[in-house]
Amino acid sequence: MDLSYTDDERAFREEVRAFLRDDLPPDFSDKVRKGQELTKADMERWHAILNARGWLAPNWPKAFGGAEWNAVQRHIFEEEAAAARAPRIVPFGLSMLAPVLQKFGSKAQQDHWLPRILDGSDWWCQGYSEPGAGSDLASLKTKAVRDGDHYIVNGQKTWTTLGQHANMIFCLVRTDPTVKQQEGISFLLIDMETPGIEVRPIVLLDGSAEVNEVWFTDVKVPAENLVGEENKGWTYAKYLLSHERTNIAGVGFSQAGLASVKRLARAENHNGKPLIENPHFAARVAQVEIDLRAMATTNLRIISKAAAGSAPGVEASMLKVKGTIIRQEINDLARRAVGPYAMPFASEAVEGANDMIPDPHEAGPVAAQYFNNRKLSIFGGSNEIQRSIIAKVTMGGGA
Amino acid sequence: MNFELTEERQMLQDTLRRYLSDKYTTAKRNDILASDAGMSADIWGELADLGVLGALFTEDQGGFGGAGFDLAVVFEELGRAGVVEPFLDSALMGGRLLAMAGRDDMVESVIAGTLQLAVAHGEPGGRYDLDHVTTIAQGGKLTGRKAVVMNAEAADHLIVSARDADEIALFLVDKDAPGLVVQGYPLLAGGRAAEVTLEGTPGDALNIGLAAIEDVTALAIVAQTAETLGAMETATALTKDYLGTRKQFGRPIGTFQALAHRMADLLIELEQARSAVINAAGYLETDARDLTLSASKNLIGRVGRLVAEEAIQMHGGIAMTQEYELAHIAKRIVMADHRFGDTDYHLERFIALSVA
Repeated sequence: MDLSYTDDERAFREEVRAFLRDDLPPDFSDKVRKGQELTKADMERWHAILNARGWLAPNWPKAFGGAEWNAVQRHIFEEEAAAARAPRIVPFGLSMLAPVLQKFGSKAQQDHWLPRILDGSDWWCQGYSEPGAGSDLASLKTKAVRDGDHYIVNGQKTWTTLGQHANMIFCLVRTDPTVKQQEGISFLLIDMETPGIEVRPIVLLDGSAEVNEVWFTDVKVPAENLVGEENKGWTYAKYLLSHERTNIAGVGFSQAGLASVKRLARAENHNGKPLIENPHFAARVAQVEIDLRAMATTNLRIISKAAAGSAPGVEASMLKVKGTIIRQEINDLARRAVGPYAMPFASEAVEGANDMIPDPHEAGPVAAQYFNNRKLSIFGGSNEIQRSIIAKVTMGGGA
Repeated sequence: MNFELTEERQMLQDTLRRYLSDKYTTAKRNDILASDAGMSADIWGELADLGVLGALFTEDQGGFGGAGFDLAVVFEELGRAGVVEPFLDSALMGGRLLAMAGRDDMVESVIAGTLQLAVAHGEPGGRYDLDHVTTIAQGGKLTGRKAVVMNAEAADHLIVSARDADEIALFLVDKDAPGLVVQGYPLLAGGRAAEVTLEGTPGDALNIGLAAIEDVTALAIVAQTAETLGAMETATALTKDYLGTRKQFGRPIGTFQALAHRMADLLIELEQARSAVINAAGYLETDARDLTLSASKNLIGRVGRLVAEEAIQMHGGIAMTQEYELAHIAKRIVMADHRFGDTDYHLERFIALSVA
């Protein structure tokens, strides 16, 4: 048992720090610190900076142009990037679709699509959830019917994150309605410019418009855009979801969030003293910090196992549940900290809103973030689904 | 012991519930939220005609209610429908302060629905402390800054607190008074507020002070806890319906015990909240007022967070969308904890009062 990083790992951390210090544009970190939305151009520029360094695809094998970092290296990068308030990497192409193409795609698909993900030619979004298929994803109804060299796609996807920026969407579609649900699903790559596709924004409760509905009416998709075999899509989807769960604990985000709660609570006064000295508030902060310190070690235990080659199973579900509870608790503390100033509707979604909204704490839209991050325990497999997985795997029973 | 509403209050509740469920639909409210004014003059006028404003004042003050349970009945209904019009700030707080100051003619206009008010008391850095006032009054001229003043833009008059020879005193300030600057903005849970600055602004002394602020805050806590209770009723009702109709894995999700038990917990806590509001209203005019109000505000704060978060979680993504009723209701519930002292503030005050 040794809780310290190796010399190589420490050197790697220094390398990451130096890169972030030199190459992370200060206006990006400023936006992230203030909880402001990044534009599409911002995100593309950050991807390009990482790509120039060869760090845009940490999880890809070198053969495909990735950095091929192990789990510990990826963790170090994520921790440092969160501490430096670097923007998140947009995951849809890089860490969701790419692993599927690398494992199940044809040589032609790999050669065509993977370089375009790295150089930013394509912006991918994910066509999984449907209005009637959320937690029960396998019940999806969007159908694709083979017609010569094409599939004809009809149906509706929803909760499509950043779909408004995307030119490509990877979709789960039903290609055989006559068999068991999981056995009639295929994985299809669809150009968003194809006639018959309509993207409608969904305004969320914090005023943001990051998710969309995507409607398909007689959309013609070349058959060569089928990934792997027809009706084997569920296998690929599950493989993708296991990659969606990397960095699921969000330790770096929680550490950065907790630091900003403390900053707010030092600046805020209650009965003539800094709020951070108030026993009730201090107890709330301490409780979360205690949980976070333990979870950070759980996270490292799992990462360390993964780096040694064993695939995380039920532990990913555990980290998802605990990690999202902690992140949401930190969001709750931030809104509490600012008192009445949590009430103004500060939102990047409302143009010019923040020029007139007072923000004496320079806290950014903390209450809006509190509401927005209720999504953490809903998406990527809700916490209820994760608990069912934990129960099923550890007790063998149903849920 | 009798926990039934009087016949008059029952009638008021029925009328109000019927009116709001007909007129104050999710679509209507989303239109109001998107409007520049952030409130509907029509709704205000019609509710005044239905007697909602009169119910907030005693007979002596020209109304026909004014007691804790009158406020509770009205605001519970406003909360159920997620009403964003400033009944609490303009009519109840502003109107009752003017009544305490003996400005009967103005109170009459408040009850008629023709006068809008704003109470400008809190200041930046004051958090929830009622005696934090740094605005200065000198020879009837006010100078200072007020934070998150509800309804300030729409108000015909502002009621402003200031230190006059070290005593906190209240002044009536006309909306067109010189040196008054109102910078308005929308609120996350609906309605509008403003940062208000005064620079040698003339104010008409109301001859009331901190005690009046404390009294009107007590009324506001009864009203606001009742409003939040109403919002929680809506949130739990929506969730119950959703669990019964939303199907995943071939069955209604409410048949999964993991969700059914959590729904049961919400219903248990909802009854706790109902009793906390009854306590608040019932002890409003007794010596146990402050202790009881802190107990109720703390409980509503805790239960409110639980109900809002669990209602969203059990719905899933749909509850995150602004056009679904629950989104607005959940925001009302959670943001209520950012006024008149939050959960922790009232826990502390409860401890202080109970050991005193």
